[in-house]
Amino acid sequence: MSFFARFAQNRGALVGLIILLLIIAMAILAPLLFPESPWRMVQRPFLPPLSQDGFPLGTDTMGRNVAAGIMHGAWVSLLIGLVSTSVALLIGVPLGAIAGYYGGIIDDILMRFTEFFQTIPNFALAIVLVAIMQPSVTSIVLAIAIVSWPPVARLVRAEFMSLRNREYVEAARLVGQSNTTIILRQILPNTLSPIIVLASLMVATAILLESALSFLGLGDPNVMSWGYMIGAARTVIRQAWWLSFFPGVAILLTVLALNLVGEGLDDALNPKLSRER
Amino acid sequence: MVYARLIIMRLLKAVVVLFLIVIFNFFLIQMAPGDPAAILAGEAGATDQEFLNQLRERFGLDQPLYVQLWRYVSGIAMLDFGYSYRLGVPVFDLIMARLPATLLLTGTAFVLSLVLGIVAGSMAAARVKKPSGSIIMALALLFYATPLFWVALMSVVVFSVYLGWLPAYGLYTVGAGHTGFALALDVAKHLVLPATTLALFFMAIYTRMTRTSMLDAAQQDYVKTARAKGLKPSIIQRRHVLRNALLPIITLAGLQAGQMVGGAILTETVFAWPGIGRLMFEALQQRDYNLLLGIFFFSAALVIVFNIITDLVYSLADPRIKKGAS
Repeated sequence: MSFFARFAQNRGALVGLIILLLIIAMAILAPLLFPESPWRMVQRPFLPPLSQDGFPLGTDTMGRNVAAGIMHGAWVSLLIGLVSTSVALLIGVPLGAIAGYYGGIIDDILMRFTEFFQTIPNFALAIVLVAIMQPSVTSIVLAIAIVSWPPVARLVRAEFMSLRNREYVEAARLVGQSNTTIILRQILPNTLSPIIVLASLMVATAILLESALSFLGLGDPNVMSWGYMIGAARTVIRQAWWLSFFPGVAILLTVLALNLVGEGLDDALNPKLSRER
Repeated sequence: MVYARLIIMRLLKAVVVLFLIVIFNFFLIQMAPGDPAAILAGEAGATDQEFLNQLRERFGLDQPLYVQLWRYVSGIAMLDFGYSYRLGVPVFDLIMARLPATLLLTGTAFVLSLVLGIVAGSMAAARVKKPSGSIIMALALLFYATPLFWVALMSVVVFSVYLGWLPAYGLYTVGAGHTGFALALDVAKHLVLPATTLALFFMAIYTRMTRTSMLDAAQQDYVKTARAKGLKPSIIQRRHVLRNALLPIITLAGLQAGQMVGGAILTETVFAWPGIGRLMFEALQQRDYNLLLGIFFFSAALVIVFNIITDLVYSLADPRIKKGAS
């Protein structure tokens, strides 16, 4: 069975993929459909949804177009989710690979280090880091990466430990390949499928984290994001529910879609282990 | 004896972790925007250079970095976290005043999510390949993907604004002057929405964990034996599968409980719940860095306490753990 056929066998994954493609389309089309800055005040404030043409989701406390904010926000969410996950992989994969391949005292030290980061409450650490570095896309990406690499390191370490004594690795050692070559060329390619599955779930978690940070007012002040929209509308929730409702649905759908896609990838990449359902 | 050794080992580890966090905090203060003298003194924005110099001298900021670090660490060892700059009150006092509300909220949410999660997870495990089992798992996925703060806000709209069933803000009705039982009932009413919204996300995690763990346990030989003996499936599920599935759940639940402190920051912010999470939000808004870092330290300490308790419960629950093997 082809990769996509295995993926598509999981109905949920297919639905997730479609939602995800729609959200990517939103992010790409945002500047075309709403060329004006989503920060601009374009109508009177507190316009309810569907009450006026061009403002299907209404306007916010400052008369900004909610629909434009959601379209532009898609871009930021996806970008921060992808980049912060990549940075987390850049930290976690090498640490896990070295710990799992060499074992012994190196493993001990690296794992204590990982445990330390796992003990600190993720969200509180992310808040402190962004607050100290000052809110910006860079600081948010860094903070999310710093709190999300430990599971990667643990996964990669476990994979390396189970693979490092396989015959093909012994063979590579016998023909005199260096440790670096063995790690990069022999073992790492064989650990890719669980890493890919984990990464897709991490993008979802990163998007949730980003939205929570901007909800608390720690978003980049120059970019419109879903979390910011909900946070800014928090105090007027009694008068204008739609200001918080729609951005929340956008976050929910994105995170849900990524989780479904992650499960589908798991089924497709690890057919032997696919869960009973 | 075994437990005493286990506790001592865990406490030692906790001290090391907290010590590292203190050092981490120290360097964060150095990185924070503004003058560390001002931040530490709790007088950010003071323009009086003479005064700042005085402060610098008094707090030893004219000293080399390692001397400062030593002073900071030994201060915290004596529970001196410095002052909050907006409120002019010791950080430690502020946190202590807010801690009980957070413990009440996270404790309730933890018990709620664990009980509901285990029930839902075992139901889903018993109904593998049936629609009802899939529905439970779909709901769990939905709760897992929903932003906590958004559920909180929406529950305010539905249950407080439209239906008018439950209060949306605060710990108790201000000015009602309730005492005794009436006060407890009032607090309980205020607790429903924050605790439920905080619990939903964690319930989703526990549901998935319980299902996986039960399905794993159901593959074990002793379950096959029990089945071969002709025991009723419901008894096998309860006595053989669930009991053995609970151990990994306890471990993972303890790890997740730490993240509940993070979730409390969001729920407390929405519901104006006067705990350390709300305090953290206030510190953020006022850029009160010393208070922020103090709360960060305390939330980490809470996580460690949670983890130690979990370890103890685990070692009591699993008779195989004998010789302090962590």
